Amino acid sequence: MQKPRPTLETTFCGIPCINPFWLASAPPTNCGEQVMRAFDAGWGGAVWKTIGEPITNVSSRYSSIDWEGRRMMGFNNIELISDRPIEENLREIAEVKKRYPKHVVIASLMVESKREVWHDIVQRSEDAGADGLELNFGCPHGMSERGMGSAVGQVPEYCEQITGWVKEKARTPVIVKLTPNISDIRMPARAAKRAGADALSAINTINSITGINLDTFEPNPNVDGKSSHGGYCGPAVKPIALNMVQQIQADPASALPLSGIGGIGNWRDAAEFLLLGCSTVQVCTAAMHYGYRIVEDMKDGLLGWMAEKNFATIDDFRGLSLPNVSDWKKLNLNYKIVARIHEDLCIGCELCYVACWDGAHQCIHLDRTLAAPDTTKTPGMVEVEAKRRISMTPIAKLDAGSTRESGVTPLERIPRVDEDHCVGCNLCSLVCPVENCITMERIENGLPFESWEQRSAKGAVAPAVQEVVSKNF
Amino acid sequence: MNDRIAFHERVRTKPEVRERFGDLHPPFDKQAAVVEANRCLYCFDAPCTNACPTHIDVPRFIKKIATGNVEGSAHTILDANILGASCARACPVQVLCEGSCVMHRYNKQPIEIARLQRFAMDSLYDSDASLPFEPGPDTGLRVALVGAGPASLACAAELRRLGIGAEIFDARPLPGGLNTYGVAEYKLPLVESLREISLLTELGVEFQLDTFVDKAALAQIEQKYDAVFLGIGLGAIHQLGIGGETLDGVTNALDLIAGYKSGAITSVPKRVVVIGAGNTAIDAAIAAVRLGAEKVQIVYRRGPEQMSAFAFEYEHAKNEGVQFLWHVVPVRIRGEHAVDGVALTRLVGTKDGSIFPEDGSEFFLDADLVVLSIGQGTHTAFLADDSSGGVNVQLERGRILIDRLTGQTSNPKVFAGGDCTNGGREVVDAVADGKRAGIGIAAWLEGQRAKA
Repeated sequence: MQKPRPTLETTFCGIPCINPFWLASAPPTNCGEQVMRAFDAGWGGAVWKTIGEPITNVSSRYSSIDWEGRRMMGFNNIELISDRPIEENLREIAEVKKRYPKHVVIASLMVESKREVWHDIVQRSEDAGADGLELNFGCPHGMSERGMGSAVGQVPEYCEQITGWVKEKARTPVIVKLTPNISDIRMPARAAKRAGADALSAINTINSITGINLDTFEPNPNVDGKSSHGGYCGPAVKPIALNMVQQIQADPASALPLSGIGGIGNWRDAAEFLLLGCSTVQVCTAAMHYGYRIVEDMKDGLLGWMAEKNFATIDDFRGLSLPNVSDWKKLNLNYKIVARIHEDLCIGCELCYVACWDGAHQCIHLDRTLAAPDTTKTPGMVEVEAKRRISMTPIAKLDAGSTRESGVTPLERIPRVDEDHCVGCNLCSLVCPVENCITMERIENGLPFESWEQRSAKGAVAPAVQEVVSKNF
Repeated sequence: MNDRIAFHERVRTKPEVRERFGDLHPPFDKQAAVVEANRCLYCFDAPCTNACPTHIDVPRFIKKIATGNVEGSAHTILDANILGASCARACPVQVLCEGSCVMHRYNKQPIEIARLQRFAMDSLYDSDASLPFEPGPDTGLRVALVGAGPASLACAAELRRLGIGAEIFDARPLPGGLNTYGVAEYKLPLVESLREISLLTELGVEFQLDTFVDKAALAQIEQKYDAVFLGIGLGAIHQLGIGGETLDGVTNALDLIAGYKSGAITSVPKRVVVIGAGNTAIDAAIAAVRLGAEKVQIVYRRGPEQMSAFAFEYEHAKNEGVQFLWHVVPVRIRGEHAVDGVALTRLVGTKDGSIFPEDGSEFFLDADLVVLSIGQGTHTAFLADDSSGGVNVQLERGRILIDRLTGQTSNPKVFAGGDCTNGGREVVDAVADGKRAGIGIAAWLEGQRAKA
């Protein structure tokens, strides 16, 4: 039987979407001309750069973290909301919606915390033709000092009140964008839900100082010798965003249709957010880094993966991984794995050896060529031995037959795992540069499933220990 | 010659030599160096470090480039190898550090260790920084080192760091031995070798140049100093023992290389025949191409699989247009006053590996210059002759026999290292020998003191 051709078409809190890939409210959605070019490139929707009373920006506004030669692994900005008049933004929204009726345009809004001001901007945005409204309760810099952005998002009561005002007026779906700069993101999420929000988006950027210039002692981004904390985003924040997405979606009092944001740069990232229950995803940093063209592979790659996994629609796999995230106390204490080094793939870098000794549990050894296993030789001893070794330039005429084939890893360089003592922590397989060279293999120990919760219920854990654990976690 | 002028400021490379012998491997700029440095996996007990005779901590110096600690990187290199800049350029890294890089087993290009090392060392020298070492507290002991090549230089540096006086004697006007006079200029320019040696004077290493040490002089030195290090290298290139070897236009590879490097030779005639197929023969053949020869041929009595040149050197020579004639042996050099050709006979092999001249196969190669490069002899005979009260050490096939760990010869007061002990290897091998001997000498002197 032929597999159904998967589709990226989906619906987000009642808004039909040609695909789940939206540009987040940010510089890539600053004006109509940009948004139309983005739609031409293939983006399914755009959340407009936040509209409100125009502001004045500083320069510079961005800074980033590079990692081992790769640029912009983490990105930071101190730019504020739109610096263009409200009417200009709304006029352009109307223009875009007229020319691209099937594409989603969401108006991101941030105004003074007054009921009538919110009513006014909601009315005008919807009149312009916006498909929905995103309330920016997340911007962590500048606007928060004026009582807006994350100053609202960090106080559930404010969040609930303003969402309520918007809902009094709105005819289109209301999406509340949450700040991660809070101890428990479920608190503002629950507040938004209580106030009747139709959907959530998360996360906004994370408070950050990206770095200090070691010559001038001034932080980045530099504004006349000074800087201010900014909002951090890009690939570095994805794990934080995924965790918050999961927290929201696993909490019945918070869960709403969710647009996932945070470090999404390709279809793989997007699929992970969808698997944790998001319906759409929003992208900013990757588009700022490489341009709108990145969406082509996002669509192509996601469709390919869906076909491979036999998913016809996004709803077929949305939230599929949520049940696989649980509390630590429910994890199986009797599940046992050990590291196995595949000799044929090992290149002899010995990174697993030093990582296990210095960073884990001292159960990887360099003793394959010894007569008996030696689990006592420390990295320091190995280094001292190496220093004493006499090496010479191999010269064919002088050392017949001594040159070694560099394509084959010498046995003495292939580490050995002491499986009896391996705790299965994963570290070696993580540091190993060769794919599938170190695999974690299940050891059948015949023990039934048993979690911490079950063990403590049986009274197998000392009460004092139980007390501390339950207080701290 | 004024002792206060740094060695590298005493010479000026001729512009035509500089132009024709440009860098074989151009240096990295800063950004390219950082990108390359970041590719390094930072192996533990790294194979590259193990392969290096001086055990430079390669991953450590590379990571320091990646973090922008370039001076620290150069110090890491110098700590293991006082001629780190020369070795970065002269080492056959394909069979050493880069040849052992784990990337070979990872379907990736090996890390360009030599170019990274050169980047770190060039950055240090360009910043006019001095050596990162201080002489050790003065012990009052003094060691004489014979020969100013890499082995003696490394030994002297080690001794000075341990507070022992080091005085180097050499017959040539400039120090460095083959490092200065014998490495192809497109790998290591003469002036770069000298620049690195100039820094050693900061450590208090003393140089007695233009000073030939013969048997009598060595005996005096042995009396005067607390220990002696012999870094005397190898002797002259072997003769073929055939007719015509004394004709004008017959030279040897080392004289040709030293000649163009020092500026005495700036061109060669049109047709050049190089006899022998070792690394030095290749250097000479490529030099001949670059010095204007139209046809350069290497003749060798066996086949390509038996030649002693490294495979990458062979490839390089072919790329430069050098032609190879295999399984031929010169029987006569032809010419009236000056050479005009070489008579060769073809050789045939037998199953047991021996080779015989083929009857009636003699033919001529026209040549205006014949360059002999069939290996160097030793000049150690005077060390074995105990009839007239010289300094005697045990030899083996002309090589000075040493304890590999300490460099000590059969004469406890005499140490040795480099080509005169290992039969002729690389600069880096000589540096490693010298370093071990420096430590060995210090330990032996310490022991002598304890006994006294």
